[in-house]
Amino acid sequence: MTVVETPADTVELTEPVIHDEDGPGMSWSGRIMLMVPTLVLAVFFLGPFALMLRTSFYRRIQGGFYEPAFVLESWSRLGSDFYIDRALFSLRICLFVAAVTVMFAFPFTWFLTRMKARYQVPLLIMILAALTLSEVIVAFAWDLILGRASGISNIMVWLGLMSEPQSYTPGYWAVCIGLAYIAFPYCVLTLYPALSRIDRELTEASETLGASPLRTFFNVVVPLSRTNLVAAFLMVFVFTLGSYIIGQVLGRPEHWTLSVFISDQATYNSNVPFAAAIAMFLTAVSLAIVGVTTWLGSRQGRARQKAVAV
Amino acid sequence: MLTESEIDLRTGASEASATESSVTENLVLERVTRRFGSVVAVDDVSLQVPSGQLVSFLGPSGCGKTTLLRLIAGLDNPNAGTIRLAGEDITKRPAHQRDIGMVFQSLALFPHLDVRRNIGYGLKIRRTEKAVVATRVAELLRLVDLDGLADRQVSQLSGGQRQRVAIARALARNPAIFLLDEPMSALDANLRESLQVELRLLQQQLGITTIMVTHDQREAMTMSDVIVVLNQGRIEQVGPPLEVYRSPKTAFTAKFLGATNLLRGRSAGRASVKIEGRLFDVPPTGDFRAVGADMTISARPADAELEIVGSDSDDRAPNRLPGTVSFVRDLGATFECFVDVGLAEPIVVQGGSRDLASGPRLARGDVVRVHFPMASCVVVDDPERV
Repeated sequence: MTVVETPADTVELTEPVIHDEDGPGMSWSGRIMLMVPTLVLAVFFLGPFALMLRTSFYRRIQGGFYEPAFVLESWSRLGSDFYIDRALFSLRICLFVAAVTVMFAFPFTWFLTRMKARYQVPLLIMILAALTLSEVIVAFAWDLILGRASGISNIMVWLGLMSEPQSYTPGYWAVCIGLAYIAFPYCVLTLYPALSRIDRELTEASETLGASPLRTFFNVVVPLSRTNLVAAFLMVFVFTLGSYIIGQVLGRPEHWTLSVFISDQATYNSNVPFAAAIAMFLTAVSLAIVGVTTWLGSRQGRARQKAVAV
Repeated sequence: MLTESEIDLRTGASEASATESSVTENLVLERVTRRFGSVVAVDDVSLQVPSGQLVSFLGPSGCGKTTLLRLIAGLDNPNAGTIRLAGEDITKRPAHQRDIGMVFQSLALFPHLDVRRNIGYGLKIRRTEKAVVATRVAELLRLVDLDGLADRQVSQLSGGQRQRVAIARALARNPAIFLLDEPMSALDANLRESLQVELRLLQQQLGITTIMVTHDQREAMTMSDVIVVLNQGRIEQVGPPLEVYRSPKTAFTAKFLGATNLLRGRSAGRASVKIEGRLFDVPPTGDFRAVGADMTISARPADAELEIVGSDSDDRAPNRLPGTVSFVRDLGATFECFVDVGLAEPIVVQGGSRDLASGPRLARGDVVRVHFPMASCVVVDDPERV
């Protein structure tokens, strides 16, 4: 499969502490403990990554094969206006979906963590259950819901709000809805631990100081969760960037993200070198965005610490 | 039980408010009840808190004191009853619309804001002009002795400094009522003692009506005009600290406010109780019980006198119990000994070290008589007695 490995990126993001433990006074057992993830990353991530990088320079043979070579054919094709445009579209739609998903998931998770355990547990189980749905099922389910034959527009017609049923799929908004839907539970689970740790007395203090629950949310809860908001946003962004079924099922080719092109090139056009080149490019772009954002975040943090020390 | 808890605190006004010509009730609770499932955390509590006084809710953990404070703050709603502030019914009003300032047990300072913004938070919420906020914050920093720390992050402050920031933040809007939820519990013992005095002086200087929750009787006695003793969601006793200490109404109050000896016996006629076969005279009160009825006396360890058996005093004299010394400890400033007199628990006798120096040296196994002068014997209700 040539789909971008998303989880590896996010692990590094949320657990930067690991680097700090690498001190001089480290015990042998500590070193061995660190060897395990390093080895796993090398075998299952860096290895395939290197293979794919090599494949992207292979020469394609018409009829579904490729031969070892060093040609820039795939990369120059990637540099064409069409694929640059597709790449920009992918970034735009994924950034948009990430923003919308976090905007919904954040207040949702906040209310979830403030509920009594009795209500919280079943809701969390439901969210976990939604994770078991495969992307294919989600895509086809939304196709039905948004379609003309049996979709929600029929309810609108029945209610008298519409004269005749309409189809909302395939389309840009259908892709957005589908992507946001599969990203939502991940987003909730990313935000949940941090939000549930916010001390109840902090929001109560804000209320006794005259702030309504809504102002308390924006003045206390949001600022306290800033780093987690950024982490959740990046997680959804990288996650949706890697999704390739939603776009294929719910979108027209003009709504396809680069991931859809990867699967399209690899499976339907049998152009593995080109698919590998797009995949490399997509990985590099998403790593760059994650890197820049984390760097900006930590620089901001350092700046604040500096200001404090003065 | 209800009539007992409906006590007007005006009778307990201390010097602090004596200068005011008329004491008015600021906060009034009427038959307030809060249940959590089958647990009654606050049980039919009625109370009147006069203006400018410091009232403390004193009781063990789980007695409902914090729940009661949260009901007053609007952070929780009662199942029944009415809460009135300055004559207005505020029972249904949410916390952010009540005129209160509260210091939380965890202090709950905002970690993302510096000292200045923490203190100014309530003013900013009220959309106060920036210049006014700055002046007020500077004034408060001076008031709590934190000059020059306005730009510090909360994480850079010591425990005592954080405490002061929390106090300044709660006072910023000049609230009608100042609420303190175990405000000193996070501090070490020495700091706690000095802050208690400081906070009490501050409260008197501002003349702000204050309610403090505590489980520390020393803290309550240091700071309060009035102590409300709570037990299992109900008010046991209300009064000025010394009155509650000297004349506890129940065995619970006597035990909770300082150490005491509970002497359990039976009535032996008017103002007389028989304990372990010995007669104890008690101060005569209006209510007396039939001969043979259960009666409990509370007598403070510090009020006890020890007599060495064999000295010239009469063994038959009232208010004395013979026994054996089972434990002695000398703490420097005070000394304490346990005397086994045949009751379920040994009697604790406490004295200054001068008492010890003047008398004969005591050791484990000595046979002594414990004497509680009549005035030190307080008859208390003792519903827990079996």
